[in-house]
Amino acid sequence: MNWRRFLSLVAVPTLAIVLALVVGAIIMILSSPLIRGFDIGLPLVAYWALLQGAFSSFNSIVSTLVDATPLILAGLAVGIGFKAGLFNIGGQGQFLMGALAAAAVGAGLAHESPFVAAPLAILAGLIAGAIYGAIPGFLKAYTGAHEVVTTIMLNYVALYIVAWAIVGPLHLVGATFARSSDVGNAALPVVIGNNGHLGILFAVITIPAAWWLLFRSTVGFEIRTVGASPDAARYAGMRPRRLIVLTMTICGMLAGLAGAGEILGLSHFMPAAYSTNVGFDGITVALLGRSHPVGILLAGLLLGAMRAGSGLMQIQAGTPVQMVDVLQGAILFFLTAELLVRYIFRLRAGTIVPEEVQTVTRSYGGQTTP
Amino acid sequence: MDFILSIPVIGLLLQFTGYLVQVMIIQGPLIITLATPIALGALCGFMNERTGVVNIGIEGMMLIAAFAGWYVAAIVNAGAPSGGGGPLGITFPLLMGVLAALIAGVIASALHAWLSITVRADQIISATIINIVALGVTSYLNLLISQNPPLSAGSFSDFRVPGALADIPVVGWLLTLLLDHGPITLTMLVLVVVLQVLLYRSRWGLRTRAVGEHPRAAETLGVDVIRLRYRNVLAGGLLAGLAGAWFTLDYGSAFQGGMTNGRGFIALAALIFGRWTPLGSFGAALVFGVASSLGLAIRQTPPTGDLGAFLGGVPEQVFSALPYIVTIIVLAGVVGRSIPPAADGQPYEREGQGA
Repeated sequence: MNWRRFLSLVAVPTLAIVLALVVGAIIMILSSPLIRGFDIGLPLVAYWALLQGAFSSFNSIVSTLVDATPLILAGLAVGIGFKAGLFNIGGQGQFLMGALAAAAVGAGLAHESPFVAAPLAILAGLIAGAIYGAIPGFLKAYTGAHEVVTTIMLNYVALYIVAWAIVGPLHLVGATFARSSDVGNAALPVVIGNNGHLGILFAVITIPAAWWLLFRSTVGFEIRTVGASPDAARYAGMRPRRLIVLTMTICGMLAGLAGAGEILGLSHFMPAAYSTNVGFDGITVALLGRSHPVGILLAGLLLGAMRAGSGLMQIQAGTPVQMVDVLQGAILFFLTAELLVRYIFRLRAGTIVPEEVQTVTRSYGGQTTP
Repeated sequence: MDFILSIPVIGLLLQFTGYLVQVMIIQGPLIITLATPIALGALCGFMNERTGVVNIGIEGMMLIAAFAGWYVAAIVNAGAPSGGGGPLGITFPLLMGVLAALIAGVIASALHAWLSITVRADQIISATIINIVALGVTSYLNLLISQNPPLSAGSFSDFRVPGALADIPVVGWLLTLLLDHGPITLTMLVLVVVLQVLLYRSRWGLRTRAVGEHPRAAETLGVDVIRLRYRNVLAGGLLAGLAGAWFTLDYGSAFQGGMTNGRGFIALAALIFGRWTPLGSFGAALVFGVASSLGLAIRQTPPTGDLGAFLGGVPEQVFSALPYIVTIIVLAGVVGRSIPPAADGQPYEREGQGA
């Protein structure tokens, strides 16, 4: 990849981040009367606190990594789908199912040896996520039901499955709120810093694995071909239907792994109402990272840093943690409105064509794919 | 008869069908009420997709409108509290709330229109972003406000068919079914009929269908494709805004983050199920209305006998998840056979404009 092409590839994401910070600053100034009186300097205080919270000490850097791990995995769960022309909005549900399965198996094996309990609990999370991802893949491939709507519906169904399981069979008797019992020996040990659990390795391992899968393996070549042109893929003797199911299964597996990591590494139990947005954040990560594993790694680290720093921002600047969601939304907006970004910064048009992202709408509605 | 009903599975299914009919008759008005945001959302989708713009951002548009409507109504109410109000519980603050919701819907849809028609961004991704931003922004603002929340302006009240009319055997039931609703639901019922007629009997309808099927041909015949798409998407925004207002000004009177709970996506399924027509979408919305009200019905009037025992053993979460499961089943079963407008989701470029 030559230097010019690289520059043009990272230009829009970088500028989108800059513009989002500007928009965030404007919103902060406008909403400052609600916090502590009108204050034009509030954004500087807030962003400085955000940076400090994310990078000022060894422990804060570790928590940035911890926060980035599920985002990177969820980002891959969306990004690999993009490569095949699939828009997996179901990361949320797949994450929850992975988390639930890991919590269930972990609680069951809580008193076994850690070397048995933890791998089995992780495996359970992988399988549950894979199955939950395979369902919309199967529906898409064989009935034509668009994955955007089915995955969103499955996200809601997952919420109720979790609620049922935690109130019912997995309920910990005597707890002050509805939750499953502790995963005990299945928990992933903390290896660095305050909360740097072994699950960080999931991201470290998955990034090169995903790169190899997409760009060095036959399956990856087929996935990218189906994404670029299902017709061409079929003429070349590939089987688009099977590839769609396979891709969604891989996506689900990654999101499920993220869920398992969060349960086994951080909370050690599953509450009935697990509040998370990781599945949706994965969309931001994938778009910001241009669906490339390395891009997803960087995007995941950036958003992870924002998550890790948001606590300090709330304390020092009084801006609610949700400000991070607003920033993420603004980043997303500017990524989509690429034309606007190019106009504002007078970039030469037409240097980037993100083919992998442009294919999503094509299969909408009635056409049964392949 | 009793013999058939006692056969394990078939009997249970028959009993369930009977109970479902019973629920539909007793809960008729509730079903239509719960179908309102879905039907309005489907009408919004209809306006978009018939001109060739895919809109999966209905959910987010509804959410923004629900928040804007609720907040403006509450602010106006704090400034100029009104007394009893007119018929249907219509008060000045509530009307201002509806207006704000409509404006919010139009602004959100203007963003979608601009992104998908002018910028020619991927329509599904741009709409997903509207959904995510809507959830983030409304939750953020709601959190800021929750430190000293404004007093809610209340909500519209339902129309009541006079007792004498309601007591007439079948006609009375039909009247209560169609008329015992708040103003937004009543508007929805009118809009369904009006849009259905307009689609097939007006110049606008003909042009809209032409642009959705073959924009190039329509342009050749002198239809301004871009302008018509803008107009229809913005009008769709009004409908999504109205659907949002239903949540906080008609059905309920408070705002919660993410309160639309996927209704905007279910609306899309209703649109597909209803084959991209207003009347069909309304019919499909009723199916989802039944699915949403079943859990409530079982709690209020539990069935008797085997069926009661069986349903009593089913976890309540199953009923809560029912509308979403029905959506998936409908999409899986119907989509292959339901044909969308040919140009749905394809950005339009004028000839010679270049890529």
